[in-house]
Amino acid sequence: MLEIRNLHVEIDGKKILNGLDLVIRPGEVAAIMGPNGSGKSTLSYVIAGKEDYEITEGDILLNGQSILEMEANERAAAGIFLAFQYPLEIPGVATMTFLKAAMNAQRKARGESELSPGDFMKAVRGAAEKLGINPDMLKRPLNVGFSGGEKKRMEILQMSLLDPAYCILDETDSGLDIDALRIVAEGVNALRGAGRGMLVITHYQRLLDHIVPDVVHIMAKGRIVKSGGKELALELEKNGYADYVEAA
Amino acid sequence: MPAVKETVETVKTIDVDQYKYGFVTDIESELAPKGLNEDIVRYISAKKDEPQWLLDWRLEAFRRWQTMVEPTWSRCHYPAIDFQDLHYYAAPKKTPGPKSLDEVDPELLRTYAKLGIPLREQEVLAGVEPQNRVAVDAVFDSVSVVTTFKAELAKAGVIFCSISEAVKEHPELVRKYLGTVVPTTDNFYATLNSAVFSDGSFVYIPPGVKCPMELSTYFRINESKTGQFERTLIIADAGSYVSYLEGCTAPKRDENQLHAAVVELIALDDAEIKYSTVQNWYPGDSEGRGGIYNFVTKRGDCRGARSKISWTQVETGSAITWKYPSCILRGDGSSGEFYSIAISNGYQQVDSGTKMIHLGKNTTSKILAKGIAAGRSDNTYRGQVSAHRKATGARNFTNCDSLLIGDQCGAHTIPYIEAKNSSAVFEHEATTSKIAEDQLFYCMQRGLDEEEAVALIVNGFVKEVLQQLPMEFAVEAQKLIAISLEGSVG
Ligand SMILES: Nc1ncnc2c1ncn2[C@@H]1O[C@H](COP(=O)(O)OP(=O)(O)OP(=O)(O)O)[C@@H](O)[C@H]1O
Ligand SMILES: [Mg+2]
Repeated sequence: MLEIRNLHVEIDGKKILNGLDLVIRPGEVAAIMGPNGSGKSTLSYVIAGKEDYEITEGDILLNGQSILEMEANERAAAGIFLAFQYPLEIPGVATMTFLKAAMNAQRKARGESELSPGDFMKAVRGAAEKLGINPDMLKRPLNVGFSGGEKKRMEILQMSLLDPAYCILDETDSGLDIDALRIVAEGVNALRGAGRGMLVITHYQRLLDHIVPDVVHIMAKGRIVKSGGKELALELEKNGYADYVEAA
Repeated sequence: MPAVKETVETVKTIDVDQYKYGFVTDIESELAPKGLNEDIVRYISAKKDEPQWLLDWRLEAFRRWQTMVEPTWSRCHYPAIDFQDLHYYAAPKKTPGPKSLDEVDPELLRTYAKLGIPLREQEVLAGVEPQNRVAVDAVFDSVSVVTTFKAELAKAGVIFCSISEAVKEHPELVRKYLGTVVPTTDNFYATLNSAVFSDGSFVYIPPGVKCPMELSTYFRINESKTGQFERTLIIADAGSYVSYLEGCTAPKRDENQLHAAVVELIALDDAEIKYSTVQNWYPGDSEGRGGIYNFVTKRGDCRGARSKISWTQVETGSAITWKYPSCILRGDGSSGEFYSIAISNGYQQVDSGTKMIHLGKNTTSKILAKGIAAGRSDNTYRGQVSAHRKATGARNFTNCDSLLIGDQCGAHTIPYIEAKNSSAVFEHEATTSKIAEDQLFYCMQRGLDEEEAVALIVNGFVKEVLQQLPMEFAVEAQKLIAISLEGSVG
């Protein structure tokens, strides 16, 4: 279980998260929706362990243990994965090289042996094919010159290879064309279940048509202001955030 | 891919502040008395049993040097060097000159083994595929102690020996070419070197011969309070090819040590010389104490038509690096290349770059320089590209990129571009970037620890240059880069 308790977060003296409570259970797909600037990406960074933030109050627990003292790479090895809203470019580092370094780093942290080159290639080829990623692309430096949609697919490729326990997807649907949206959603759905928790951040119902959430949370001004079933997203689509923002 | 993994592994296994080659070999040396005067010049020349012409050449340089002042235009800052407080000659007592392997002091062989340089031909023959074999000239303080595979090279007509030996065995070649690329009057340090140079390598590749193996020289400074002044001369005769690699290390000492080398390359018609350096002199400690002052003049003369000289350097060591490997593109259609990775960490200061002097018609040059600054270091690229009036159709492409790690270091790019004819085409690109926190976080989110992340990003940054190095050295260089950046984050 991934549990966020009364989280207060500041950056450069500016308060961004304001007593946020949220629970993601194993096997559950939770969606978060909320207006621009409400703190969704900040929440995802803080869970993943980005350093710039000051946590003034509250805690984040993974299976009952606080992870606040853990480095980002330790959290990754513990099973937390973040698909970035804006994936970063790593010039000169072939995507393949990056994937291998990441997979082996996590295996090592967990005390597992390194993948053999054969197993690695097989895993990557298989996952790339499912996501419609051309193998030639894996030779190019990671994300350099990739289109917006290609970057997002590459995030999901990494997610499926790293086999995380909790996935956070920050606006993975933005920048995807209609076919890509379906392919990526299928990729995500294939990873559902097996005790894997997911937090899907999105602005649009159309993603939730493909990835049907178990619960929907509405975030405003740095807090969860309402939680409900999948119908909550439909209601938002109709009425907007105004009522919730006022209430927050 | 495996090399990246190794870099990552190396970063993990090495302690912060650990210069791997900092040990001292306990060996008895014969030292010249401290100080510099005509008698010392005569002493060095006598030690080497040199002919009169060379002694005269040295003395003329020395007299000239006395009238010169140390240049101060570089961005390196250091206290004045006391040139009288140094030994200008140091040789291991038991091996005061080139010997056959059986005669070399075993302590010296152990030293080179510890540095990862195998000198026993049998071992190399047993363990290494023929195409990967490397002949080594091992220079210890002021003398060459052994040169391997000489006999095998001689079969191809290749001369590979110490310069002292070449003076004796091939005086006509040495006399014909020595000082013709870097004249004794060239600059303060080159003139000093001309007066007191002790040893270094000599290579001659006859017409039409492709040198059958990689050649290399490994320089080791061991004695304290001693300057090393090596002199290397490489001649590739018409239509020949040679690839040469130079490596260097020194013990950790609290004092600064002076190293002032001169390297001259001459490529005749259609010849090609590929010169690679992995420079790893002791850089000083984390407080900036000690380290080598490295003042080097390296220049290649593309004397023949369609000749080609290519410099590749990986500079990670030295407290101060002052070095501009250059090409004089004299022959029509000749070409010069300069590929450089210069890394500075701690309190290191680097002022390095190249000169491409286009004199012949349709000459081309390419410069690819990558500077990486970390810690409190200062890293300058200084490059000159010029085209003479007669150098019609000259072309240059320059790309220099700097990467900053942390916010207490500096990177600077100082290009000088001068075209005296309108048909010259010079292109220049330069970028400076910082390893973004966001990039590091992204890598760490995927499971890499901070040092693995830095190593990966840096390897990506220098990849194009590493690809220029011979394969085995590329792997070495990659490890070295990781070690040099040890402790640069966090
Ligand atoms: N480094 C920073 N310094 C100051 N303010 C910041 C910083 N980073 C984020 N913020 C502010 O924090 C607030 C929340 O930003 P965040 O990116 O978490 O919003 P979001 O909900 O993900 O928005 P969007 O839907 O547009 O992606 C915004 O007002 C943003 O400007
Ligand atoms: Mg966002």
